[in-house]
Order: sequence, then structure tokens, then C-alpha cells
Amino acid sequence: MKEADQPQGKKKKKVIKHRVAMPEQDPEVRIRNFDEVPLGYTPEQAQAEARRCLQCKKPKCIDGCPVAVDIPGFVDLVAEGKFVEAARRIKQTNCLPAICGRVCPQETQCEAQCILGKKHDPAAIGRLERFAADYEREQGLVELPPKAPPTGKKVAVVGSGPAGLTVAGDLILLGHDVTIFEAFHKPGGVLMYGIPEFRLPKRIVEEEVDYLRRLGVRIELNQVIGKSITLDELFDEEGFDAVFIGVGAGLPRFMNVPGENLGGVYSASEYLTRANLMKAFAFPDYDTPIVCGRHVCVIGGGNVAMDAARTARRLGAEEVTILYRRSRQEMPARAEEIHHAEEEGIVFRLLCSPIEYTGDERGMVRQVRCQQMELGPPDESGRRRPVPIPGATFTLDTDLVIVAIGSGANPLLTQQAPGIKLNRWGYIAADQRGRTSRRAVWAGGDIVTGSATVILAMGAGKTAARDIHHYLSNPDAPWVEEPSAQEVASSET
Amino acid sequence: MARILAKSELAPKIHEIVVEAPRIARKALPGHFVVVMPDEHGERIPLTIADFDRHQGTITLVMMVVGASTLKLSRLEVGQSFYALIGPLGKPSEVEAAGTVVMVAGGVGAAPVYPIARAFYELGDRVITIQGARSRELLFWTDRLAAVSHRHIITTDDGSFGRKGLVTDPLREVLEEDRDKAIGCVYAIGPAVMMKFCARTTEPFGVKTVVSLNSIMVDGTGMCGGCRVDVGGQTLFTCVDGPEFDGHRVDWDLLISRQNIYHEQEACSLEKYLQQFQGEHAT
Ligand SMILES: Cc1cc2nc3c(=O)[nH]c(=O)nc-3n(C[C@H](O)[C@H](O)[C@H](O)COP(=O)(O)OP(=O)(O)OC[C@H]3O[C@@H](n4cnc5c(N)ncnc54)[C@H](O)[C@@H]3O)c2cc1C
Ligand SMILES: Cc1cc2nc3c(=O)[nH]c(=O)nc-3n(C[C@H](O)[C@H](O)[C@H](O)COP(=O)(O)OP(=O)(O)OC[C@H]3O[C@@H](n4cnc5c(N)ncnc54)[C@H](O)[C@@H]3O)c2cc1C
Ligand code: SF4
Ligand code: SF4
Ligand code: FES
Repeated sequence: MKEADQPQGKKKKKVIKHRVAMPEQDPEVRIRNFDEVPLGYTPEQAQAEARRCLQCKKPKCIDGCPVAVDIPGFVDLVAEGKFVEAARRIKQTNCLPAICGRVCPQETQCEAQCILGKKHDPAAIGRLERFAADYEREQGLVELPPKAPPTGKKVAVVGSGPAGLTVAGDLILLGHDVTIFEAFHKPGGVLMYGIPEFRLPKRIVEEEVDYLRRLGVRIELNQVIGKSITLDELFDEEGFDAVFIGVGAGLPRFMNVPGENLGGVYSASEYLTRANLMKAFAFPDYDTPIVCGRHVCVIGGGNVAMDAARTARRLGAEEVTILYRRSRQEMPARAEEIHHAEEEGIVFRLLCSPIEYTGDERGMVRQVRCQQMELGPPDESGRRRPVPIPGATFTLDTDLVIVAIGSGANPLLTQQAPGIKLNRWGYIAADQRGRTSRRAVWAGGDIVTGSATVILAMGAGKTAARDIHHYLSNPDAPWVEEPSAQEVASSET
Repeated sequence: MARILAKSELAPKIHEIVVEAPRIARKALPGHFVVVMPDEHGERIPLTIADFDRHQGTITLVMMVVGASTLKLSRLEVGQSFYALIGPLGKPSEVEAAGTVVMVAGGVGAAPVYPIARAFYELGDRVITIQGARSRELLFWTDRLAAVSHRHIITTDDGSFGRKGLVTDPLREVLEEDRDKAIGCVYAIGPAVMMKFCARTTEPFGVKTVVSLNSIMVDGTGMCGGCRVDVGGQTLFTCVDGPEFDGHRVDWDLLISRQNIYHEQEACSLEKYLQQFQGEHAT
């Protein structure tokens, strides 16, 4: 064993190979409801799992976490039964642990680096994080931290996704006056309109937002920046000293194949927005309708595709098929999501891609014709590129298609904001601190990186908040942009 | 915000609502629309800004009750507020001196046509307005339209007022009379079928024809793609690329079939609220 692997303390700890299982709703039951699937640890289960951690002197797990949560520190507190202290320890670097504990791709981040994972199950860091945060919240023990005295500076945060919420939370504690502007009628971004209830209960997002409100963050809903108010007006008329843009990557992509505009063909954004934000699953109690297919095809292999497929299942589909153009190894969805989808009876058809949809006389989709693929040589991303097998096509009956092949940058705001440089994909160009090409404007989250993860958006928010605070404390310093994170990465290679 | 300041029934099932919305009023231009939600359980539906008063900080909406959401909106009282009001959305009309413009308004389309006609009128263009309705009682804002038109032709399907027939008849005549080729453009706003036939009527004359499409929307900001339409073989989003498009290039059949995607659910939803409201009346 190398030193880094050596557990703390004199006595070597007995390694427990398997993690404590987390109870889950049975697949047969859960496909008929929208309740959360994993039920969470009991205090005893959490303590048992926490005791598996080796408390490494040089904990690798922290390197895997984009916001460097003190993992051994909080896990040890859980092991000792100090759950609230554990939650507070996490919150020193991660203000949304109940959310990250549920949706972080731990298997490629913190847990991927855990030393236990070399031979056994890694410590269940995400589940413990969730447990500690849930415990603190459910026991009503969330406390408002002290705020710095008012600075008199006004900050506007555009977008209330994880990036925007983090910026707001950090800056309000530093004494600034913070207002969030959100286009939708509910705050939370993808947490609210994208990720389904059965994976992230909306109550948790609402409580996090409520916490910010109690700290004094103002939230103006139904304000589309670039339309209702422009960026210039935020400075000139509304008197803001700094603006953070965290508008996400919400523009849906389509494939431009024939028949894609038929009724019953949705972008994943529309399908999930109808189902989650507008609560179409409770139609007609809620007024927004949704097409409930019996034979559903979902195009794509990411988390969004899994969410759409599992939602369709819950809306009564008899058969849900995921069509993905590469093989299983290349599927970008989290392992847990694929596993849950399979348990729920979702069928995977790999190495195929839709080439045409046909509909009935009412213009509703009825069939999809697919092209069979094989894997060719690797492409720029290093993944083997799918190439069509000539003449190999097949047709499936379908009455609902959800296109989940990714999303892009919505130009609504940037079109109205001259002076903000975009990169060649239309995302906002920001430096390592989140600074854009325009003075006093920062950006972070998916609108800078393209679709990424909750924790990366939060990380970007944290970095930007630090720099905004720095700028507001010395507002006369020149506005210099440093190289972007991508530029730094490419110059290093 | 979004408080209802005044309300009136212009014609059976057609309601005018004046809403307090200073930020929207400040920015509103002819052609813009808003997205509204009547209450927390409501749907997000688009309505055109039919008028605005920057000074008072108000906007005026005119809507026809066709289903659950419009029914709910029509039942809100003065002093109550919409649950959500978002805007102004969409691209404004391109109002540029065109010589003579013909504004065709079908049914509730009279409302969205009004601010556009007024803008051309104030610009000094000659404005010919053709206003059509099924029958006399469904006509509204005739005085307002007349005040911003040099010529105002009214048609009703049943002949109960003005000319008997469809708006396309006088439209064709006006185009035929136009010997000096002064008509710079035609605007047609109303039900999809009416816009389709107006576009067909103007096509042989080669006159630019602008239509305002009423696709089904959710967000109204380009995030869902639910409002997609085919214009000249290209898929565009009504909410951000429109709502106004070149009527000669619109795939009308696609628009109309996409408007009917939720036919059954809409009927069910309306039924539910009618029963609920009747129940309220009974008690
Ligand atoms: C279905 C789905 C499932 C996902 N699952 C996971 C997962 O399991 N784990 C994970 O880590 N990540 C997941 N992601 C990705 C993750 O949600 C995003 O990376 C993250 O939410 C990005 O955060 P953000 O703050 O940059 O933007 P967003 O969360 O996209 O929020 C942006 C907000 O800005 C608002 N906005 C946009 N334009 C304007 C404007 N002009 N004016 C005002 N407001 C505006 C939007 O309405 C939105 O509320 C998933 C994404 C989707 C779509
Ligand atoms: C840009 C735009 C501007 C509009 N301006 C006006 C206006 O000024 N006055 C007016 O009376 N109407 C206007 N409409 C139409 C109006 O939005 C619909 O009549 C309304 O949504 C119907 O909702 P409902 O629940 O009452 O009826 P439903 O029973 O739900 O539907 C009746 C019909 O309305 C359409 N519709 C349903 N839901 C939506 C939706 N979410 N978005 C758009 N259309 C929908 C469908 O074609 C449907 O067949 C406009 C539409 C658009 C796209
Ligand atoms: S924030 Fe995410 S990556 Fe970091 S420790 Fe928590 S679950 Fe792991
Ligand atoms: S979580 Fe894993 S890597 Fe981190 S301290 Fe515990 S055993 Fe070590
Ligand atoms: S309404 Fe969602 S993209 Fe137009």
C-alpha cells in the first residue's frame, strides 16, 4: 500500500466489501407513480455505510469532486451520528447537497476516485451526502448563516438553475443585494423543469429556493432577460453593479429527418417541461395536456433520454424503446439511470438511428424507420463513430417519439447583448473566473460549457461569485479577461 | 403586477382585458405577444398584445373563449391577477413605409391587426382594412379599425352586416383594382384556414403577404420546439422566429394538424371546467 492509501490511526480497519444497500421502490410499483425511486438511508444504515470509509490521509475522493467537498470529514461526522454537523460541513463548499447527493454522477466523480473502489464497492458518498442534507432539512435544523453587513452593491443573476442559485447564495452572505431574474414561472432551472420528480422531488428544490429567499435573495419570476428587460437596462435603468448570466443550454436540437414535425414527436425539453413543470402527468387536474403514447420511442442515450423514457413509462406506455446510435459502452447516461430504466422494462435498441417518421391522416406519428449502424474508427471525441450499414433498416410502430439528442445555447439573451463574445458553438465565452468580454458581466454553467452537470454549474457559480465579490470591492480595477478554462487546458496538452 | 384593471365583453365569448404590466408596456410593439397562465394549475397560452399604454403601464388583451384556459381567463375579475404574465415575446411587425397596405382581420384577429394598422397609418401609408366575422354580433373594434384605416370593408359570413361572404372576396377585388401596383404588402391575421386562403388569394398577384401564426406554445422563448412550423421547407419556431411569417411559404396543413394535437384532451379539460363553474353557479 502506498502512503496515500493508508488509513488513519494505528489500527488497520477491517474492510467491508459491499456498500449498504439503499431501499428502493419496487419497479412494478414505481412505474405507476411519480414518487422518488431510492428511498434514502435510515440513520443506522447511514452510520454503517459511513464506517466503511477508511478516512484516508490523502483522500483521493476529494480530487474527484468538482467543488472539493470535505468527504472524509463529513463521512466521519455521519459515522459518529453527528448528522447536522455533517450537513454543515458539506455546505461549506456545496450549498445544495440534497440535490447533488441525488443527481451527481458520483461513479465518475468522487466515488470513482475512492480508494475502496479499487477492489470493492467505493464508499457511497452520494447517498451519505443526501442522507445528511435530508436529515438536517427534515428535522427542521437548517439555520440561516450570519450575513456580512450590507455593501450597497446590487447584483443581478439571470437564470435560477444551479449556477444562478449558487451565485445568489454566496453573494447574499457577503452582504450584496441580490436579485434573480427567471424566465419561467417557477425557479430552479433544469432541476425544476427537466429532472423528473421520481429522481429529484420538486419539494427539495423549492426548499432550497426558499432558503435563499429567507436569506434575502429577491426572485423575479416571469422575466425573460433580453425581452422583458435587456442587459443594458439592468445596468442603466435598474441600477445593478454586476450581472451573472446562468441561462443554461435550453435550445432543443432536432435531427432534421422527414416527418419530425408530426404530432407526437417532441423534443425532450418540451416533453419533460410539460410533464414536470406543467404537471401534465396530473392532467386534467392541471390544464396542460401531453401525448401519452402506448409505444414510445426515445432517441438518444444520455440522462435526458433515460428521464424521458422513464417518464413515458409512468404516463402509461406499454412499451418504451430507447434508440441509440452507438453501443452500450458509449452511452453517456449514468450507470444508475440505465440500471433503473432496465428494471422498469425499458428496451434498448443500440446501433440504430431514426431516418424517417410517418404519420396518420391526422398528422400524428405512427411509425419510425431506423437505420442500422456499426461502429467504425474513433472520431474526434475518441469514441468509435457509428456508420450506417447500407440497406439495413427496420421499422417500428410508435405513437410518441421523444428526441433527446442534446441541446444548444438559446440566443434570446445574447442577441440583445452586444459586446458579449460567444464561442463558435454559440455559448458565451468566459474566462476561468467567469468573466465575459463585457465589463461587470459574468457567465457560468451550461451557457458556457454546453450541457454538463449540476455540480459543474454550481462550481462555475462559486468561482464567479468569488470574482464578483472581488470586483465589487475594487470596482475601478481594469477589466481584464484571463484565458478561458478550455484555452488553459489546450495549451497544456 | 399582472392585475386586471378593466374588463369587458366585446362580443359573445370575446373579452377585452386591460392588465397592469408596466415593464411589458414599456417595450411592447405591434406584433408582440405575451404568454399568460390564469392560475397555478393553468396552461401557458399565448395572446397578442392588442394595445398598450406606456404611460399608464398597461397592455390590452382580447381573447376568444375557445377552451379551458381562455374560459378561466374570462372569469377572472377586475382586481384579480393572472398567475403569470410573460412578455413581450416574439419579433415585432416590420412596419416600414409600404405605400398601400391591406390589413385582413378575421374574427378575433381584429385585435392583433389593430396596432399594426395603426402603426402603418401613423407612418403615412394608405391603409385598407378588411374585417370579417361570422355574423354581426361577433364584430368588435370596428370604430377603432375605422379610425386607422382609409378604407374599411366589413364582411360577414351570413350577410347580417356589411358584405355577405368571406374576406377573400374583397381582398381579391382590392388587388385587382390596384392598377398602379401601389399595394406594398398584405397582412392577414385570423384563423389558420382564413390566413391560408388569403395567402392563396394574393399569391398570383405577387404581393408580399404577412401572416401571424397561432401555433401551440409552452414557454414562448425558444426552449421547447413545440411551436415549430415549416416555412419554405425550413423548420422554424413561431415564438422566436415569428409569429409573423411569409404566408406564401408556410406549410398550412402542418400548422393546422399541429394545432389539433391535443383535441381530445382539450375537450376533456373544457368539460371539466364547465361542470365546475356550473356547480359554482348553482350554489
Ligand atoms: C432532463 C435532464 C436531466 C439531467 N440529469 C442530470 C443529472 O442526473 N445529474 C447532473 O449532474 N446533471 C444533469 N443534467 C444537467 C444539469 O441539469 C445541467 O447541467 C444544469 O442544470 C445546468 O445548470 P445551469 O444553472 O447552467 O442552467 P439551467 O439549470 O438550465 O437553468 C437556467 C435557467 O435560466 C432560465 N433562463 C433561460 N434564459 C433566460 C432568460 N433570457 N432570462 C431569464 N431566465 C432565463 C431558464 O428558464 C432556467 O431556469 C440534466 C439535464 C437535463 C435536461
Ligand atoms: C402568437 C399567438 C398569438 C395569439 N393571440 C391570440 C389573441 O390575441 N386572442 C385570442 O383569442 N387567441 C390568440 N391566440 C390563440 C390562443 O392562444 C388560443 O386560443 C388559446 O391557447 C386556447 O387555449 P384554450 O385552453 O382556451 O383552448 P383549448 O381547448 O386548449 O384549445 C383550442 C385551440 O387553441 C389552440 N391552443 C391550445 N393550447 C394552446 C397553447 N398552449 N398555445 C397556443 N395555442 C393553443 C389549439 O389550436 C387548440 O386547438 C394566439 C396564439 C398565438 C400562437
Ligand atoms: S458534490 Fe457530487 S461529486 Fe462532490 S462529493 Fe458530493 S456527490 Fe460527490
Ligand atoms: S471516501 Fe474513499 S477515498 Fe475518500 S476517504 Fe473514504 S475511503 Fe478514502
Ligand atoms: S413555444 Fe417553446 S419553443 Fe416556441
